[in-house]
Amino acid sequence: MERKRVLMQGNEACVEGAIAAGMRFYAGYPITPSTEIAELCALRLPQVGGRFIQMEDELASMAAVLGASATGVKAMTATSGPGFSLKQENIGYGCMAEIPCVIVDVQRSGPSTGLPTSPSQGDYMQARWGTHGDHPVIALSPSSVLETYKLIVRAFNLSEKYRTPVIFLMDEIVGHMREGVELPDPNDLIINKRHISYHDGANKQCYYVPEGKYVPAMKPFGQGERYNITGLAHDVSGFPTNDPAVAEALYTRLMEKIDRNLDDIIRTEQVFMDDADTAVVCFGGTARAAMSAVLQAREAGMKVGMFRPITVWPFPEKQLRERLPGLKRILTVEHNYGQMVLEVRRVAEGKVPVDFLGRLDGTVISPDDILGALRRTEV
Amino acid sequence: MPSDLIHKFMRIDHLPHIWCAGCGNGIIMRDVAVALQELIDDPDCRVSREKTVIVSGIGCSSRAAGYMDFNSIHTTHGRAIAFATGIKFARPDLEVIVLTGDGDCSAIGGNHLIHAARRNIGLTVIAFNNDIYGMTGGQYSPTTPTGDVATTAPYGNIDRPFDIAQLAAGAGASFTARGSAYHARETIELIKQGILHRGFSLVDVYSACPTYYGRKNHKGGAVEMLTWQRDNMVPASRYYAMSEEKRRDKILVGILTHNDFPEYTQQYAQLLERAREGK
Amino acid sequence: MAGKKKLVLDPSWCKGCGICVAFCPKQALELAEEKVRLKPDGQCVLCGQCELRCPDYAIWLEDLEE
Repeated sequence: MERKRVLMQGNEACVEGAIAAGMRFYAGYPITPSTEIAELCALRLPQVGGRFIQMEDELASMAAVLGASATGVKAMTATSGPGFSLKQENIGYGCMAEIPCVIVDVQRSGPSTGLPTSPSQGDYMQARWGTHGDHPVIALSPSSVLETYKLIVRAFNLSEKYRTPVIFLMDEIVGHMREGVELPDPNDLIINKRHISYHDGANKQCYYVPEGKYVPAMKPFGQGERYNITGLAHDVSGFPTNDPAVAEALYTRLMEKIDRNLDDIIRTEQVFMDDADTAVVCFGGTARAAMSAVLQAREAGMKVGMFRPITVWPFPEKQLRERLPGLKRILTVEHNYGQMVLEVRRVAEGKVPVDFLGRLDGTVISPDDILGALRRTEV
Repeated sequence: MPSDLIHKFMRIDHLPHIWCAGCGNGIIMRDVAVALQELIDDPDCRVSREKTVIVSGIGCSSRAAGYMDFNSIHTTHGRAIAFATGIKFARPDLEVIVLTGDGDCSAIGGNHLIHAARRNIGLTVIAFNNDIYGMTGGQYSPTTPTGDVATTAPYGNIDRPFDIAQLAAGAGASFTARGSAYHARETIELIKQGILHRGFSLVDVYSACPTYYGRKNHKGGAVEMLTWQRDNMVPASRYYAMSEEKRRDKILVGILTHNDFPEYTQQYAQLLERAREGK
Repeated sequence: MAGKKKLVLDPSWCKGCGICVAFCPKQALELAEEKVRLKPDGQCVLCGQCELRCPDYAIWLEDLEE
């Protein structure tokens, strides 16, 4: 079948991709620059039998999403910086109670109300460490409209597979950008369903995980299996515990279910990296200017490549480390004061010098800015 | 071995509960169990155990969810009603019952209470109202009377208190009622009516915290606090037979508001029809 | 015989709050070493007031088996 080419905004692609992934519940609160996601969900979800609710605040939106997901519905919310901060406590609850859901953060310039309509990537660290306590995180970041569509499907798939909230880290550039796209046939998409099989359904061991596995498989609420969910440290039966050994086993499993599956979770885009002596490391909307700069640098005879984490958390440590032997320098470009660069420097371990180009004024980083930085750091 | 009721509807492996001697919460939790038992045992009633979800927040009251042998979810502080809204809206066929406290539902979660009431979504909220933050050791709550002392009001509380039932009624709740730990029989009946009510219902049940509230405010122990409820709170049948003057010093145990407003998930079902027809 | 009840106590669940003792209409209950018990001469009329207000589910009425 011939696919139709359509002009679509990143925020729209986010909604259409989420619906294709099976999202049927959205709870949100209006905030620039993510509001189109709520508006389109309000229009589109009823057409596919889904449910949209505008909650009284950001905290309630996150809570409603978790409540809905506990009944087995794929659920999503979207917000921007200030709202992302407000959602954090319940995101941690989702990590602890292992309730799948997707949280879209269309980043804008902060802190506080900041520059509400201006692009930024200042929530990179908040996506990792926003909620309190040690917790697992998966965060994905798209850099085009088409990728937004495909990647939000993957966000739902990972969320269901690992039973954990997934952060979909967009930015104002991608959210508000319009591109002509040819969407994939929804029938060609791989869609994960929630795994609900490997225990006997008794009312005792809802968080039971067999040897060698990391993810529990209880049925959703209302499907005949009575169990307890809590944000307190709990045993396999879902009840609170103060037993240090039981608590440690839980916390370790929560971290290991991500750490032991990095190859499955992590995706990167690497362009011209095979012969590159310089890598531009960037993510999300910033990668568009970076790609343009890399192409221009190549034309000028510079051996520059682009290394783009698509999975931004966990950071693609192994993938970047594999590239270190060929590199003489790394330029990390981010729309912030320097956040991912801390990860890049940690991985580079002083073996490769790491420079940083950032921006805080709410304007877009241009290819020329990046090209200039590449020339300045040229040895 | 406890009674058949407790055995059947509570997780006895996790009992006796953590509440202090004389805490009213145990009485109210039993009221909820009896109300549910009577509804579940009634073949003409829609309520079933497998389709009942109990949601709670954080605080002494909110430990109740884990003790009750239903689908149960013990959420974050103040957010029980918001989680419950997600559950009910995703699965309108479920009976969603929120067990919360005065701090949980009228301080940190006050916004969710008033907006769930405004939407008239079919939740049943039972507030275990003990006038104090018990779990953290006796700080004043939005229902602590003016002048009382608490660990954070050592010179006396200068805040004016909320009346939770009136607050919900003011926000448009279609069913509001007040019960008490002493008036267990009446409270069971009010909880049953709240569950059967199609829209949002709130039952504000006066609990008793002898440990942190009664003792510090010279209101005695559990017996004295329940005696106060007996002498100052009056069931509707007697309340309305009293002269207005006599009523003035008494607190009604019974229904405050009962309206037949459209229920939110039923409204949404109609919205889905309109969307399907492309209107 | 259907409908016949008996009073049952489980002192191990009793926290000794005294609510049942205070509100027993026949004053048939007492605390001994902070646990509830029926007075030796207590005249329980099986009204169930104690069960209704026991916060700890330590006292209740049960169907009498034949």
